[in-house]
Amino acid sequence: MGLVHEIDFGTPASRSEKQVTLTVDGFEVTVPEGTSIMRASMEAGIAIPKLCATDMVDAFGSCRLCLVEIEGRNGTPSSCTTPVMPGMVVHTQTGRLKDIRKGVMELYISDHPLDCLTCAANGDCELQDMAGAVGLRDVRYGYDGDNHVRAKNDGVENFKWMAKDESNPYFTYDPSKCIVCSRCVRACEEVQGTFALTIEGRGFGSRVSPGAHELFLDSECVSCGACVQACPTATLTEKSVIQIGQPEHSVVTTCAYCGVGCSFKAEMRGEELVRMVPWKDGKANRGHSCVKGRFAYGYATHKERILNPMIREKITDPWREVSWEEAIAHTAREFRRIQYQYGRTSVGGITSSRCTNEETYLVQKLIRQGFRNNNVDTCARVCHSPTGYGLGQTYGTSAGTQDFDSVEHTDVALIIGANPASAHPVFASRLKKRLRAGAKLIVIDPRRTEMVKSAHIQAEHHLALKPGTNVAVVTAMAHVIVTEGLFDEAFIRDRCDWSEFQDYAEFVSDPRHSPEEVEKLSGVPAETIRGAARLYATGGNGAIYYGLGVTEHSQGSTTVIGIANLAMLTGNIGRPGVGVNPLRGQNNVQGSCDMGSFPHELPGYRHISGDAVRDIYDSLWGVKLDDEPGMRIPNMLDAAVDGTFRGIYIQGEDILQSDPDTKHVSAGLAAMECVVVQDLFLNETANYAHVFLPGSTFLEKDGTFTNAERRINRVRKVMSPKNGYADWEVTQLLATEMGLAWAYRHPTEIMDEIAQTTPSFALVSYDLLDKMGSVQWPCNEKAPEGTPIMHIDGFVRGKGKFIRTEYVATDEKTGPRFPLLLTTGRILSQYNVGAQTRRTENVAWHDEDLLEIHPHDAENRGLRDGDWVRLVSRAGETTLRATITDKVSPGVVYTTFHHPDTQANVITTDFSDWATNCPEYKVTAVQVSPSNGPSDWQKEYNEQAQQSRRIAGQLEAAE
Amino acid sequence: MSHDDEDRMSTKQKLVYMANQIATFFDSKPHDEGVAGIAEHINKFWDPRMRRQFFEMVDAGGAGMKPTVIEASASIRRPRQDAA
Repeated sequence: MGLVHEIDFGTPASRSEKQVTLTVDGFEVTVPEGTSIMRASMEAGIAIPKLCATDMVDAFGSCRLCLVEIEGRNGTPSSCTTPVMPGMVVHTQTGRLKDIRKGVMELYISDHPLDCLTCAANGDCELQDMAGAVGLRDVRYGYDGDNHVRAKNDGVENFKWMAKDESNPYFTYDPSKCIVCSRCVRACEEVQGTFALTIEGRGFGSRVSPGAHELFLDSECVSCGACVQACPTATLTEKSVIQIGQPEHSVVTTCAYCGVGCSFKAEMRGEELVRMVPWKDGKANRGHSCVKGRFAYGYATHKERILNPMIREKITDPWREVSWEEAIAHTAREFRRIQYQYGRTSVGGITSSRCTNEETYLVQKLIRQGFRNNNVDTCARVCHSPTGYGLGQTYGTSAGTQDFDSVEHTDVALIIGANPASAHPVFASRLKKRLRAGAKLIVIDPRRTEMVKSAHIQAEHHLALKPGTNVAVVTAMAHVIVTEGLFDEAFIRDRCDWSEFQDYAEFVSDPRHSPEEVEKLSGVPAETIRGAARLYATGGNGAIYYGLGVTEHSQGSTTVIGIANLAMLTGNIGRPGVGVNPLRGQNNVQGSCDMGSFPHELPGYRHISGDAVRDIYDSLWGVKLDDEPGMRIPNMLDAAVDGTFRGIYIQGEDILQSDPDTKHVSAGLAAMECVVVQDLFLNETANYAHVFLPGSTFLEKDGTFTNAERRINRVRKVMSPKNGYADWEVTQLLATEMGLAWAYRHPTEIMDEIAQTTPSFALVSYDLLDKMGSVQWPCNEKAPEGTPIMHIDGFVRGKGKFIRTEYVATDEKTGPRFPLLLTTGRILSQYNVGAQTRRTENVAWHDEDLLEIHPHDAENRGLRDGDWVRLVSRAGETTLRATITDKVSPGVVYTTFHHPDTQANVITTDFSDWATNCPEYKVTAVQVSPSNGPSDWQKEYNEQAQQSRRIAGQLEAAE
Repeated sequence: MSHDDEDRMSTKQKLVYMANQIATFFDSKPHDEGVAGIAEHINKFWDPRMRRQFFEMVDAGGAGMKPTVIEASASIRRPRQDAA
C-alpha cells in the first residue's frame, strides 16, 4: 500500500495560459509563463535542492540552496525566485553550485542538534535529505561556539537556547531544531491568513515567534496545522508522531466535521492512526485544514465510546449489554409490535448528516420499504431546510450554485448570517486570501465576527442588524438596486420571467422597503444598506455566502428567496466568482438531503406524490410506497406527546441537545415506547433510549460524503470498526431481521442503486470517484464529469422566478419581561453539540459556553466578566458564565451551544420557519440576571442523565 | 418554572399558528394565487395526521385561522381513512 506521495514543486503553479519552453540540464521543458525555474525543473523530474521553498507558499529565496546557473547570465540565482524565460538554458548541478550548497549546509548543520536517530522527524526530515543530497560529509566549523542547540555552553547558561514549547495540545515547537526558513510564518500568513507567527530578532538571533514571544497556546494561533505541515525539520511536529513514529501507509479520505469536506491523507501505522494530513489534490481544501479535521480525531478511541449494543425496558433502568443478535431481534420485534398495536405510521426514523450517503440512503429505505411510511427526517430540518425551499422555488433546485474554487474569481463577497472563520474555517482561509488580494467584503451579521475585521482583512460594510430583520434588510438592498437602476436588465430579460421581475420591482420600490424605513426596525444606518447594495451590484463578480443566521428564523425561507432575488437582479449567477452559496453545517448534510431524508421527497428531491417516481422504487423494492408525506421531526414529537407516535430509529443525531425547546423534545421522547439510538457515545438523546446500537466512526467505513459544493467525496476505511459493524451494516441487520431482502456486500453496491434510481447521480460510481478524485452532482449523461457551477445557460427550473419577500416581524418579541435578544453560533475549536470535539484536546481552547453581553447591558445588571448569570426565556431558563464584549450590540446577547450542561436549547422557543419548520434558533427574547450557579432544571437534568447512563455491571456511568 | 407551561402551545394551536404563518407569506401574492399557494404548500408538506387535525378544526369553525386559510382548505386534500 505505502504512503501516498505528493510531489512538492517548490513554488505555486502559475495560472498563465502562455507557455514557455526552456532547457534544464539538457531536457526541454514547457511550462506556463511565470513558473519558477525550480518548479519547471521539478516538472521535468529534476529536484533542485531546497529548504525554504515549498509549493504551499510563495517563493522567498532565503536558504541559498536552490541556486542554479543560467547560460548568458552572471552569478548563481535562486531557482525558486527566478521565473522561466523562453530559450533559457539552466544547469542545476555544476562544480560551483556543489561547493556553494555544501558550504550552506555546513553552516546549517553547525547549529543543529545531531540527534537524528532519536529525532521525531527521522525518516521525514528535509534537512537530513538535503545533507544527503549535497553530499555533506564534514562540518569544518565544528559544533562549538555560538549556537541555539544546547541549554548550556561549558556549564554557562546559553541565552540563545529556548526550551521546547509544548503548550499546544497537538504539536510541539522545538526552537533548537529551527533553521529559520520561515515556511511556518508564511504558511500562517498566506495559507491560513491568521498572521499568528513572525520572525523575531535579526541575523543569528532570528527566531520563529508565536505572537509577541508567547507560547503557541497563548498566541493568536488557531492550530490549523499549516505551519506543522510546512516545517521541513522536527521544529514543529505532531505530538502523535513523537509518540508513535512515522506512518508507513496512508489512505485518502474525507473529514467528518463541517460541510467544507476537506480531503485528508489518513497516515497510518498498521491500524493505528498516526496523523491526518490535508491532501493537496483535495478540491475543496487544496491542501489546507483546520484544528478539527487535522487534529481532533481522538474521540474515535475515547474511553467513553460505547462498543457493545445495550437494551433496557424502561429508561429508568440501567443499561444491559447484549449481543448484536439480541439487540437487533429486540428492536425489530418492538417496531413490529408498535406498528401492530398503534398503526403503520406510529414509527419513524431520523437519518444522520454525520453518516455517509449510503448509510443515509439505507435508513430512509428501511423506513419507506420496511416501516411502509414516510416518517423520515434529518437534522437539515433544523439547519438548511429553508435553503431547500427557497432556492427550489426560485431556481428550481436547492443546490448551492458554485464550487469553492469559485471564490478565487470573486470581486465582492457578501456574507449573511455566517461566520466561516469559526464554522467553515478552510473556506474562510480561501476567502481571506482572495480579500487580501483586493476583493471587497460585506458582512450582514448582528455580531462583529472575525470576518468583519481581523488580520489584514476588513469588511467594507458591516450591517449589524437586529436579529430577526434579515428579510427587511435584504429587501431594502433590492430596493436600492431597483430604484437606483443598478439591476442587470439583459440578464433578467434573458434568464428570468420578466413579468415576475416587474412585479418584484414594483414591490421592492415601495417606500416602506427603503433603507431609511428599514433602518428604523433593523438598526442598520440607511447609508450602510445603500453602500452595501451599490457595492454588491456594481463591484464586479458578486458572490453570496450564507449560513444558519439566514435560515434559522421564522422567515428563514423568505430570506433565502430574497438572497436568490438579489443574485438574479444583479446577474450574479451562472459563472465562476458569483452565485448563491449556502454554507452547510454538517459534513454530509447536503448528502443526507440528496438521499431522500425528508418526509415529502425521495432521493434526488422528487416529491413522494409523483407516481412515476414511486414506480421506480415500487418495482425495485417490491412494495407499494405510501404516497402521503410523512412527519417532520417536530411533528413526530408533537404526535408522540399526543400518543400516536411511539417508536423511532435515530442514527447519529442528538435531537435532545440540538433541537429547540428541550423540554418538548424530552416529553416527546419520554412518551415513546421504543427509542433506538445509534451513535458513538451515550449522547443526550440516549438518556431517553431503550436500545443503544453502537456506531462506527468515519475512519472505520467506506462510503461517500457530499459537501456544501455538492461534491461527492470518498470516505475510505482505514481501520476495523471497533464496535464490530459499520453503520450501514447495522441498518442492514435491522432491515433483514424485519424481513427485507437486503444483501449489500459493500457500500459501492448501495451507490450503484442510488445511481440507478436517481437521475442527478446517474453516472456516479466508486470507479468514477476513484478516477476523478471527487465529482459534483448533477453527474449524468448531460454532465459526465459533474457540474462545478450550476445554471450556466439557464436556471434548472427554466426561467428564474422572482418572489415577493414581505418582511413579517417574528412573534418572538422583546418586552419588559424579556428585553434582550439571544442569538447563537459556533466557535472554531468545537463542533455543534460537541459530542466529538469535547472528547478531544480541543477543550484546551473552549471548555464551556459563555454568554457574550455588551458592557452597557452588563453594567445595567451589575454583571462583571466571568460572573454566573441566569438566562431566562419564556421557554425555560439556564445558567452560564458571562463575558463582556462589544462584539455584540446593546440589546443582543450571544452564546455557543457546544456543551450539554449549558442547555441553550432549554431557552430556545418552538417558533419556526413558516415553510419548513426550521426552528428559530437565532432569535429568542431573554432576560439576563446575576446567579449563584446551575438552575434547578440543570441539576434535575444532570441527575436524570447520570441515572440514565448507568450500565449494569459497570460501577460508574459512562460519562 | 411556571412561566413556560402557560406559554406553550398545544399541537392543535401550533397547527393553526403554522397555517397562519404560511398564509401570511402568501398574503403578498394576488388573492387567488395566494390561496392556491397555501393549499399547495399544505398538501405538499403536511402529513395526513396533521391534515386530519387541521380539518377537525376547520370543520369546527376554524377558530383562530386566517380567512385565506379557511378558503384554501377547500383545495387541501382530506386524508384518506387508511392514512394514519
